[in-house]
Amino acid sequence: MITVVRAGPLTTIQDQGRPAYAHLGVPRSGALDTGALRRANALVGNPVDAAGLETTLMGCALRFERAGRVAVTGAVAVIKVDKVPVSGVVDVPAGAVLEVGRATRGVRSYVAVAGGIEVEPVLGSRSTDTLSGLGPPRLVDGMSLPVGDASSTGHSLSIDVHDLYDLSDLELGVWLGPRDDWFEGNELFENPYTVSPMSNRVGCRLSGDALRRSRGGELPPEGVVLGAIQVPADGQPLIFLADHPTTGGYPVIGVVEDVTPLAQARPGSTVRFRALH
Amino acid sequence: MRLRRAGASALLIECRDGAEVEAWRREACRRRDTGELRVIDIVPGARTLLLDGVEPGAEAVVSAWSFSGGAASAHRPAPLVEIQAVFDGGDLEDVASLLGMSPSGVIARLAGTEFTVAFCGFAPGFAYMRGHGLTVPRLDAPRPRVPAGSIGLAGEYCGIYPTASPGGWRLVGRTSETLFDVRRDPPARLTPGTRVRLVAA
Repeated sequence: MITVVRAGPLTTIQDQGRPAYAHLGVPRSGALDTGALRRANALVGNPVDAAGLETTLMGCALRFERAGRVAVTGAVAVIKVDKVPVSGVVDVPAGAVLEVGRATRGVRSYVAVAGGIEVEPVLGSRSTDTLSGLGPPRLVDGMSLPVGDASSTGHSLSIDVHDLYDLSDLELGVWLGPRDDWFEGNELFENPYTVSPMSNRVGCRLSGDALRRSRGGELPPEGVVLGAIQVPADGQPLIFLADHPTTGGYPVIGVVEDVTPLAQARPGSTVRFRALH
Repeated sequence: MRLRRAGASALLIECRDGAEVEAWRREACRRRDTGELRVIDIVPGARTLLLDGVEPGAEAVVSAWSFSGGAASAHRPAPLVEIQAVFDGGDLEDVASLLGMSPSGVIARLAGTEFTVAFCGFAPGFAYMRGHGLTVPRLDAPRPRVPAGSIGLAGEYCGIYPTASPGGWRLVGRTSETLFDVRRDPPARLTPGTRVRLVAA
C-alpha cells in the first residue's frame, strides 16, 4: 500500500482508458501521454494496461508502506527517495518516501509501481475521468492507494525514461476534416499557435489567428475523436485530449494524428500544424 | 449518404435525418457482430454516425455497403423501455406558451410519444430522444444545477439528466429511476436505438 504524502495540484490514477463506451456518452479518458505510461509500466515489469499515476507540473510525494519497484517517466523532474536523488528503475524500501519534483521540462510525470495501482476498475478502466467524474477520485493528501502483486522483475532497462521531442516548439501532423469545408483560408497551417494556460485533460486550448468560417449556422451534435481540432465561435482552436466529450456541436477542422506531445506542452509553447495526406 | 474522414482511423457517415442515422448504426453494429467490420466505437450523432477505430481501407468497405433501412431494423427489434415520469417541471408553463399549447397538451404529447434514443452525449447515459415532434429553444442561461432524473426539452430532443449537473434544457418533469449505473451491463438504461415511453406515474 502507498500513502499519499503530497498529492500535488492534480495527480490522477490513469491506465490506457475506457474505449468502446463513447456511444453511451462515456469519455475514453486514460493517460494523456500514453507512451510515457507504457514505458514506465515496461520498466517495472507491469502489463501494458496497468494503472499508474499522472502528475501535473508539481509532482507528488508517496510513502511506500511496503517495499516497491518504481519507474518515473514523462516530464523531466528530480526524483528522490527519502530526499536522496535517484534515477532509472528505483527500489523503494518499506517506509521510504518517493518524491517526484516539479517538472523542469514537460508537464506530466508518470509513476509506475510494480504490480500497478489496484483500485477498483470502473467500466474496465482505473482511469480518473475529470470530465464525467467516472473512475477513482483524484489524489488527496493522506489517501491510501492499493498496490497489486508484482508479477515479474522488470523488462529492458534500456528504454528511454524521457521523451526526446522538443516540448517548446511542437509540429503536429493533421488530417483535414471532417468539417474543413466549414472554413476558409489556410490559417491553420500558415500561422503558429500558442498553448493557452486554460488547457487541461479535456483539451489543449490554443491562441493565435482566429480560424475564419466560410459558413454560418450551428452543427448538429456529432461524434468526435481523440485529437479533433474543434473550432468554437471565437475561432480559437481546441484540440481534444483523453477526457474529451464524446459528441460536440462545433465543427472539427482536422484531427491531430498524435496528441501525446501535447500532454507535455507547457502553456506558452508554440504549436505548428502540418497537413498529412 | 456521404463519407467523411475524421483522422487516420475514423469515418463519419453523413445522413439525411435521425432515422437514416439509426439504420446505419444498426447496420454497422450488425456487421461488427458478424466480424465484417472491425471498429472500436460506433457513435451516432444528430445527423451522422461516427465509426472510430477502424482499419485502413474501411472507407472503401463502408462505401460498398448496400442495405435497406427496413431490412436492418427487421433484423432485431429495438428494445422498449418504460420510464415512470412525473410531469411537473419548472419550465412546463413556458414550454407550453412557446409552443402555443396548453401544459396538459404538452404532457399528453410527451406521454403519448414512443421516443427513439438518437444518440448519447453531454454526460454518461444522457440520451437524446426524438419522436415527439416539438422544437424548443434552450434556456438563455443554463441552470447551475439540474437534479438527477430531471426530464427536459431542447431543440428537437427530449432528455433525462442521469446525474445532477449544470444544464440548459427546459425542464418538464422528473423520474426517480436510475439511468446510469457502472455495475450494470450496459451501464446506460437508454442506449442508442432504444424505444422509450414516458409513463405518467
